[in-house]
Amino acid sequence: MSIRLQNIAKHFGNTQALEPINLDIHQGELVGLLGPSGSGKTTLLRIIAGLENPDLATQSGKILFGDRDVTNVHVRDRRIGFVFQHYALFHHMSVYDNVAFGLTVLSRKRRPSSGEIRARVHRLLEMVKLEHLANRYPAQLSGGQQQRVSLARALAVEPEVLLLDEPFGALDAKVRQELRRWLRHLHDEFNFTSVFVTHDQEEALELSDRVVVMSDGRIEQIDTPDELYREPKNRFVFEFLGDVNHLEGKVTNGVLTCGDAYWHVDLPDGHQELLLRPHEVRLTEQPTSESHLPVTITAISPVGAEVRVELEADWLAQPWLATVRHTDFEHMALRRGQRLYAHPRHWRRFPETESKTAEQSRVA
Amino acid sequence: MSQLAFRRSGSTHVLPGFGLSMGISVLFISLVLLLPLTGLFGQLAGLSFAEYWAIITEGRVVASYMVTIGAAAVAALVNAVFGLLLAWVLVRYEFPGRRLLDALMDLPFALPTAVAGITLATMYASSGWMGRLLEPLGFQVAYTWVGIALAMAFTSIPFVVRTVQPVLEDLPAEVDEAAMTLGATDGVGFRRVILPHIWPALVTGTGLAFVRSLGEFGAIIFIAGNMPYETEITALMIFVKLQEYDYVGASAIASVVLFVSLTLLLVINIWQGRFIRRLHGGKG
Repeated sequence: MSIRLQNIAKHFGNTQALEPINLDIHQGELVGLLGPSGSGKTTLLRIIAGLENPDLATQSGKILFGDRDVTNVHVRDRRIGFVFQHYALFHHMSVYDNVAFGLTVLSRKRRPSSGEIRARVHRLLEMVKLEHLANRYPAQLSGGQQQRVSLARALAVEPEVLLLDEPFGALDAKVRQELRRWLRHLHDEFNFTSVFVTHDQEEALELSDRVVVMSDGRIEQIDTPDELYREPKNRFVFEFLGDVNHLEGKVTNGVLTCGDAYWHVDLPDGHQELLLRPHEVRLTEQPTSESHLPVTITAISPVGAEVRVELEADWLAQPWLATVRHTDFEHMALRRGQRLYAHPRHWRRFPETESKTAEQSRVA
Repeated sequence: MSQLAFRRSGSTHVLPGFGLSMGISVLFISLVLLLPLTGLFGQLAGLSFAEYWAIITEGRVVASYMVTIGAAAVAALVNAVFGLLLAWVLVRYEFPGRRLLDALMDLPFALPTAVAGITLATMYASSGWMGRLLEPLGFQVAYTWVGIALAMAFTSIPFVVRTVQPVLEDLPAEVDEAAMTLGATDGVGFRRVILPHIWPALVTGTGLAFVRSLGEFGAIIFIAGNMPYETEITALMIFVKLQEYDYVGASAIASVVLFVSLTLLLVINIWQGRFIRRLHGGKG
């Protein structure tokens, strides 16, 4: 079931939570809504679900599931599955009864026989690997288990659209990783259309077919994770998707200076701000004729595929972050307090005036 | 060795001040609650069981039990419905004057019961402005058991509202929404999701309201009319005995009220404990 939003806006009192938004989600797609808190991503998800009404003033606002116009359809008739951040399980019911709930509240005509309900619930519990806990109460389960129950409960009514509001936000890192993989698997197997909300860029990039980046009630960019990371449309997207180092200074005759640091760069005269990812910073023991950016190592974190090094200098407003391969790290024998020289390999510039469209990216 | 054991047991409480606070609490309970109760039973010591039985089963007294329990039951049930509604409105909706309504809920607690009684009596008497309206319709409130139930309902409604309100506040709106996304109609959602959650609080609140109504005196006597065998409440019977300097008789009747109230409270507590254990992950 594809989802199409046309001109959907939302106000809460006088504050605009969503600017008029258009969004197309294809059948079978897994889409992540990514943004900082207050960016309107949860509001958007709740509008798709029907838990929130879009502004009535914008008459043209429409929500379509496939060809069906659901703009004025009540949430209970939209045939969606919704998973809440804090699970929202029915605490007075056993796991089994929670999962069966959606089936038992169907009108008598549409309700399956009790035998079929039992079979279906057990199949779902098997799928989420919780069959042995069918008679437990939610309070007796761990967070990860509760979220799996909540998923099984949502899937019991065979929704065409699955909506998840920060589904893994309240879980610890390891469980989160496991549930992510598992959700992807489930999505591919059952081929429903899924939309999930997250503020974790890593989660969005890892899980989604396409990511919708939002801020201040606007959609900043919609793209595949790969495109998004390589071709951010604007500064917000670039900064939100990972660690960023800022290099600010005055350019005169092709030399950018900032305190006692300088760097030859092909830019027009005037004040310039350049942005670099940590892996775009190279560290050497000697300056070159092209660049003289002295830095001091203040922290080293050797966890992960690369060593993360924090750098500080008088000419930097905020410390920089650089990543170094483990072999280079050992070769250079880096230690805290060491003085080195930074060399940008690659940088980007989002001029303020044309911030929406223009982006310059150079290999230094 | 024994000193070691003592010190170890002394260190089981990490929070300081257990001895002092527990001591003061026990002293307070003894002085304010247990001592008067002991006095009550002390009064009864002079009675043989046959005499005691004769006092508490006297026709007029038994009639007063019926009136009191019947009216209290009606008042409690009415309060269960309207108290739940009030709590629901206070928790779930934002409207101008919500805080004022919230504060008004405590009025029956704060208002001297005699004031409430006189107000109700003058209002519902045949010359009062409510009585004038109701009388031609065939409803007589003042000086009937309806008036008694009304006064009881007035004084005990905060019990229901104030026990249900926090539980309802604890129930996240998400749970409601979850039921809706699963296709439940409002009625089904309320019956199968919300009501079971607040059920223990509602029963407790109603029980407390009932027990409170059993002992209410000041608010009722003005509106009750106090006709023997018809609109006399048990609390009044105690008062009448006291006026006749029949302290033993008064104590005997009081002990019946006390026994019923305590038993009810105990039953509610045990039942609620079980229910709550299940919600919080016990085996029950």
